[in-house]
Amino acid sequence: MKIIADAGRCIGAGQCVMAADSVFDQSPATGEVMLLAARVPADEVDAVLEAVSTCPTGALSTAED
Amino acid sequence: MTTETTRESHPARDTADEPRPIPLTRSCPFAPPAELTALREREPLSRIANPDGTTGWLVTDHALARKVLGDPRFSARQELMSSPLTARRAEPAMPGGFLFMDPPQHTRYRKLLTGQFTVRRMRRLEARVEEVTERQLSLLRAQGKGADLVEHFALPVPSLMICELLGVPYEDHEFFQSRAVAIFRLVQDPEESGAAYAALRTYLLDLVRRRRGEPADDILSDLVTGSDLTDDELIGMALLLLLAGHETTANMLAMATFALLSHPGQLTLLREDPSLIGGAVEELLRYLSIMHVGLPRAALEDVELADRVIAQGDTVTVSVAAANHDPRKFGPADGLDITRSATGHVAFGHGIHQCLGQQLARIEMRIGINGLLREFPGLRLDVPVCEVPVRSDMGVFGVHRLPVTW
Repeated sequence: MKIIADAGRCIGAGQCVMAADSVFDQSPATGEVMLLAARVPADEVDAVLEAVSTCPTGALSTAED
Repeated sequence: MTTETTRESHPARDTADEPRPIPLTRSCPFAPPAELTALREREPLSRIANPDGTTGWLVTDHALARKVLGDPRFSARQELMSSPLTARRAEPAMPGGFLFMDPPQHTRYRKLLTGQFTVRRMRRLEARVEEVTERQLSLLRAQGKGADLVEHFALPVPSLMICELLGVPYEDHEFFQSRAVAIFRLVQDPEESGAAYAALRTYLLDLVRRRRGEPADDILSDLVTGSDLTDDELIGMALLLLLAGHETTANMLAMATFALLSHPGQLTLLREDPSLIGGAVEELLRYLSIMHVGLPRAALEDVELADRVIAQGDTVTVSVAAANHDPRKFGPADGLDITRSATGHVAFGHGIHQCLGQQLARIEMRIGINGLLREFPGLRLDVPVCEVPVRSDMGVFGVHRLPVTW
């Protein structure tokens, strides 16, 4: 599963980092989402799906390979 | 006073479709009004009567709440809205007051601040929050039994932290805390709140000018030196951060303590296993939902929602409390259960205006609540539950005082 992040829609709330801080980070300058992995690690699937569902602006999504 | 709530003037006809004033009276201080629960079951998008004579809308379920708050067709500009509480229409946001703006104005201001409130940056502040918490707990103890937890703990911790981050001298806290009371009244006296705003603006202008001459290591200095914001814009942003940083977490800390002391089973669980604190904070945010009136939005065009049409210009109030108690999302949601997964609650809002300071608030609550329970193993209320003065007159729900003993 791939992770897609639209930094333009991101408002830096940090919900994704809370859910999965091995996958998501925030730019120290703008707070915008940064991906630490392009694909969802096998043991982080639930956490990434939680990040997608709690993102307040719908900036995150996943896609099947 | 030119403002008033006119709920008595509406005939109490018992038809589902007759718009009524927004239900606000909490029967139990911790849960939303029972009327909201009934509305959610019957009509999750219902009509309400606004005191200015218009008919507005009230959203009471979780999925619809997220839809409205995440939809750019609903504006946060307060001058476009009817209030569910007063006949008076709000003024347009002051420069920098981005909570009440839409993109692109909102985006410009918020992006200047988001880097300052990232999860990692807030985690680096944990040691400082610990220090501030410890000191306030000692001061609380020094007050002796019967001390007011609000004055000596719940208010000073977030107040000290936002002052320090922003670069506002904490010595002045009594000045801006007393002004904040006028601004956060549920139905404001325009004269009183106008005077409070004016006093705060004068104070902050002086501070901005000082930072222009001599920048320090704080957010205000960063904004002064790292942006092209005008003095008015800087004041507006500083005012928003200062007020939001004070009222919200302070009331959450006090209400969370009040709720835990009133739910001994939950209190024991947390005392015995402090590692539950992360989930407990989310559950307390969900359960208490202190933005008890909710979040208003104005429809910028006709919007179809839940098989109805919200007309352009109509105001929709999203009940955060009702949404956070929606059993379709959270299961049997009326009780406090710190082991529940409360993820996805809308206590910090949803959409582009979701709380900027939420990570700081979480850290202050985790450290604050665990510190309090650790240092005061015998903590209990010093007055009967029903004698705790609740803030039903304020925009942010909470308690005016919380007398405790140990």
